[in-house]
Amino acid sequence: MAMIRVLSLVLSVLSSVTLLWTQSGECNNGRRSADAVDTDFSGFSVPLEHSFEVDDVPRFRLRGALQFRGGREQGVYLSQNQLSEKDRNTLKDVAAVDGLYRIRVPRVSLQVDRQTEKQSEGYLTTFVRACSLVESHLSDVITLHTDVSGCVVGISIVTIPGSCRGIEVEDEVDLEVFNTTISVVAPVTAPVPETAPYIERMEQEMEKKGKNPQEQKSFFAKYWYLILGGAVFLMATSSAQTPPGGASEQS
Amino acid sequence: MAWLVVRLAISMSLLYTASAVFEDQVGKFDWRQQFIGKVRFALFDTHSQASKKLLLATDKNVFASLNSRTGDLFWRHVDKTGPEGHIDALLMYGQDAVVVVGNGRLLRSWETTVGGLKWETVLDTGSFQAAALVGVQDFVKYVAVLKKSAISLHDLSSGSEIWVENLPDSDSVQYQTIYSGGNGLVLVLGVVPNSHIVIVEYKIEDGEIMNKKSVEAAWMSSLESSCAVVSSGILLCVDQITQSLYTLPLQSAEQTEMRQIHLQTLDLEVVSGFRPVLTSTQPNPAQPPLSEFFLQLSPDHHILLQFKDGLIAPLRDFNPAYLAAFATSGERTVAAVMSPKNDTACSINLFSADTGRRHLDTTIIYHMDPNGGKPNRLYVHAFLKKDDSVGYRVMVQTEDLALTFLQQPGRVVWMREEALADVVTMEMVDLPFTGTQAELEGEFGKKAAIQDGLLPMVLKRLSSQFILLQAWLAHLWKLFYDARKPRSSVKNEVTIDVLSRDEFNLQKMMLMVTASGKLFGIDSKSGTILWKQYLENIQPNSVFKLIVQRTTAHFPHPPQCTLLIKNKDTGLGSLYVFNPIFGKKSQISVPALPRPILQTLLLPVIDQDYAKVLLLIDDQYKVTAFPSTKNVLQQLQDTASSIFFYLVDSSQGKLSGFRLRKDLSTELIWEVVIPTEVQKIVAVKGKRANEHVHSQGRVMGDRSVLYKYLNPNLLAVITESTDTHQERSFVGIILIDGVTGRIVHEAVQRKARGPVHFVHSENWVVYVYWNSKFRRNEFSVLELFEGAELYNSTVFSSLDRPHPPQVLQQSYIFPAPINTLEATLTEKGITSRHLLVGLPSGNILSLPKLFLDPRRPEMVSEQSREENLIPYAPEMPIREEWFINYNQTVSRVRGIYTAPSGLESTCLVVAYGLDIYQSRVFPSKQFDVLKDDYDYILISSVLFGLFFATMISKRLAEVKLLNRAWR
Repeated sequence: MAMIRVLSLVLSVLSSVTLLWTQSGECNNGRRSADAVDTDFSGFSVPLEHSFEVDDVPRFRLRGALQFRGGREQGVYLSQNQLSEKDRNTLKDVAAVDGLYRIRVPRVSLQVDRQTEKQSEGYLTTFVRACSLVESHLSDVITLHTDVSGCVVGISIVTIPGSCRGIEVEDEVDLEVFNTTISVVAPVTAPVPETAPYIERMEQEMEKKGKNPQEQKSFFAKYWYLILGGAVFLMATSSAQTPPGGASEQS
Repeated sequence: MAWLVVRLAISMSLLYTASAVFEDQVGKFDWRQQFIGKVRFALFDTHSQASKKLLLATDKNVFASLNSRTGDLFWRHVDKTGPEGHIDALLMYGQDAVVVVGNGRLLRSWETTVGGLKWETVLDTGSFQAAALVGVQDFVKYVAVLKKSAISLHDLSSGSEIWVENLPDSDSVQYQTIYSGGNGLVLVLGVVPNSHIVIVEYKIEDGEIMNKKSVEAAWMSSLESSCAVVSSGILLCVDQITQSLYTLPLQSAEQTEMRQIHLQTLDLEVVSGFRPVLTSTQPNPAQPPLSEFFLQLSPDHHILLQFKDGLIAPLRDFNPAYLAAFATSGERTVAAVMSPKNDTACSINLFSADTGRRHLDTTIIYHMDPNGGKPNRLYVHAFLKKDDSVGYRVMVQTEDLALTFLQQPGRVVWMREEALADVVTMEMVDLPFTGTQAELEGEFGKKAAIQDGLLPMVLKRLSSQFILLQAWLAHLWKLFYDARKPRSSVKNEVTIDVLSRDEFNLQKMMLMVTASGKLFGIDSKSGTILWKQYLENIQPNSVFKLIVQRTTAHFPHPPQCTLLIKNKDTGLGSLYVFNPIFGKKSQISVPALPRPILQTLLLPVIDQDYAKVLLLIDDQYKVTAFPSTKNVLQQLQDTASSIFFYLVDSSQGKLSGFRLRKDLSTELIWEVVIPTEVQKIVAVKGKRANEHVHSQGRVMGDRSVLYKYLNPNLLAVITESTDTHQERSFVGIILIDGVTGRIVHEAVQRKARGPVHFVHSENWVVYVYWNSKFRRNEFSVLELFEGAELYNSTVFSSLDRPHPPQVLQQSYIFPAPINTLEATLTEKGITSRHLLVGLPSGNILSLPKLFLDPRRPEMVSEQSREENLIPYAPEMPIREEWFINYNQTVSRVRGIYTAPSGLESTCLVVAYGLDIYQSRVFPSKQFDVLKDDYDYILISSVLFGLFFATMISKRLAEVKLLNRAWR
């Protein structure tokens, strides 16, 4: 057990993830995307900070570093330290008073070639209830949302499970290491009206109709025998009723 | 076969949705009122004695003719909005009305009887300065239009251009007025500010410059505002600094400078700070103006003066007098002057213009509405009576844009509330119960039950039942009484006193807030204005937010509405609290708001008087509660940690979330920043608070359930790209949870641009944008689902919903431009939803939400048929029978308001723009109402018939049994 502890102390946790990086190139209007891919960058990192205080006044400390990998295989990795003894106690205290656990990242552009441009100021912050973080044993999902140009516009954090049931977390080990899933989500392209498949479908149906002469027959052509039969039947019944034979029923 | 199925499915779905108004239902549930806006020009048709026409041109670019006996519209022409359709001038001669439109772009002549266009001429470019009718030898033949650098003369009967001439030195001289006295010349007057006046004479026949002179006038800055032409071509100007009048004969060669007449010599004085105004009159454009004119020296001081032989003589002093106007009938010109009588009334009197003598028995008493504004314009229609005396009627326009038409001795012939042409926001409030209904309600109140014992309760019940019986008998008696009277004499007048909630709550009170700061309470059933209240000192650029704090459900507490009036520039706001049923200002003390207000929040928390608590957040993120009683503050402290709100700063692209603290301060908890270099936030919308969703999920074809993602805190943020190039522009849609700041979904619509209209409701967002590539309007629908399982089915908490929703989206082509978009709303949310689309053509389309379903399949399958999904078709249909307002088009529809009624099937709709249209829609048809043509006689006769048949057959059976027993 101790071994593991020592190991985990040394190890900084690397959590990595996949991401939906659909159209990073288009954010600068497709002109420079080629350059961005070709230039070999080792990526860059931004700090991820967190804050949890009993008095609920945010004092952000470093939680870890977000490593962005530029180039073709865009990715984000989070290397973070584990919580110290003091932090663990504070977190539990905050959870007890239903305080907030906040995180923040600076506003950055993930477009590597834009790093040199003016750095936008300010932070993006979000929060989760401290109790749900404790009860989920520090397993959280952090998502960074970017806009079309690759600028991070928002960050969100959820814990799984997300509820606060008031379960006591006894084991200290559970609160040492973050089990984080991190991802970057770029906006999806909304669909446009799909005219081409529709027209294709219509054409196919028209073709099918053309192939099948049965379908093209008119109503009379299809059911002439029924109509004729019906007419004959009607005529037969009406002619059968006309002779005054109703009297025989009376008996 | 598949094609047939497709068609079948479509026609099946149409069976559900098709709804149109029958001919006999026209006007039964709906009404429309047409407006014109603030009057800028008004002319009475004096062409013939019996004419009832009144021509009006307004600031809403409307040119209309009113019936002066009833106030109804004869015809109305609504031009383009903005400067393109701006009406610069209105001139009338005989049957023709000449209008200059769009800063001198078009010259049009209208036939005034039917409102037909006679001719239209496109004028040369150049900003419009003035227009005048030009007559030769007592006949008006031409119309002259003065532009910044040119003058043109047009034939009045055909509009053809006679000549156009450039004005000399037009880059230094500001030409402002035209004058023609019928002597074959057109005079153009220009001014070089603080230097001199330029007078250019043109010959009417060919536009040749006959004469040009300049006269020293160092004190003059503008001709238009300080000068008038009187008598036979005398330019008369007034200057407030030198306190003098200046005269100049326009066509005399000898006098080369203006003659100064000190106002002191006439014993007159201009009130400091007031710009004096000269008013002259030229009854016939082919003849010189009259030598009498009005001089206004202060807001309530007018004087009638006469210019004779180079001298100015006062004819009559009107002090105090608010308004004065000339009017001509035949050869006689009169002046009408409005003077204050007492605090609530004004008297209007007629004076002969040439002597200043008062005409006897011509007083009209004008009662000022205590809830209205002051009169600010007076239009006079003079006519000759049979005994050759002059009679007159007046139209008074007040600050609150009410037009009142009066005749002697003060009878209001009609009244129009033109403020309603510019409705900013509205709400609908339930009507209160009648006294008896309220009595019953009160009986079951909690307090009563605790205080009283059993016996008093029984007695109370009996007494209230007795009151009900009484009311019912009275009602029956009234029915009987009315039935005896001829139908026409039974008046269904709606007054505040008889106003009460109907059985199905279909009649409501419409509260309308107009841009001019006038509030209206309108009965939704008939469109009658029940009360109005003008709020004075409203800045023209104010924004309004109307909040219903207490509905009528809390008898005996009166309902309460709060209007937040905010100055757009400073952000400073004020609250106006009133009773929505009676329009009376509430006596409740209103918190002072010394700081700009950023956000308002209506909480479901109620105080002991059942008023919902309104939170106002100022620019220092401090919260003010209203009402702020001890009870409320206590409740706020208890629930503070669960009160969240958001702020939007679109200039910085910042969305931020705050949480309330116990001491009513706030703390920032989340922040999302959308870089303004790329895109800007154009709109943020949450869901409507009074919306109900009946089912949590959708049953799929395979009988499983797809649960909806029903997040009440979800915000839809619409952004537009700053890059407007058609290939690179885009519209962004971001769904953000308003509590946690979590971005639930982010999508971009490429090659798209605004204006974006959108509706956010239930679990869906529908938005409309302009596809700049294909140049068409497109609809897109986003639906959010939790999936096949609900995370927590009992309660929704934004703090505990870790899994992101599934988002489905589909887009469609919409073959028409769109003005506004809204969704229907019903009491319990069972009825299917429709989208109400306001089209620029004035129609309101009720589009079934069924057509906007991202699950519409490409290919028809057994399951999709089971689910009643229409196969995907890229183009959205527009059917004429979906127009809820058939031919009652709503001009320039700007907003649609929907409200639920007491009937689940029925949704009340109000569309407002230039016109107001109210109707009911039944998105799933009237499933809970018997039809109008329901055959009561047939069903009852069948019932009775069956009843008697059983009786008789029973009897017969008995007889038969008896007979058999005897056998």
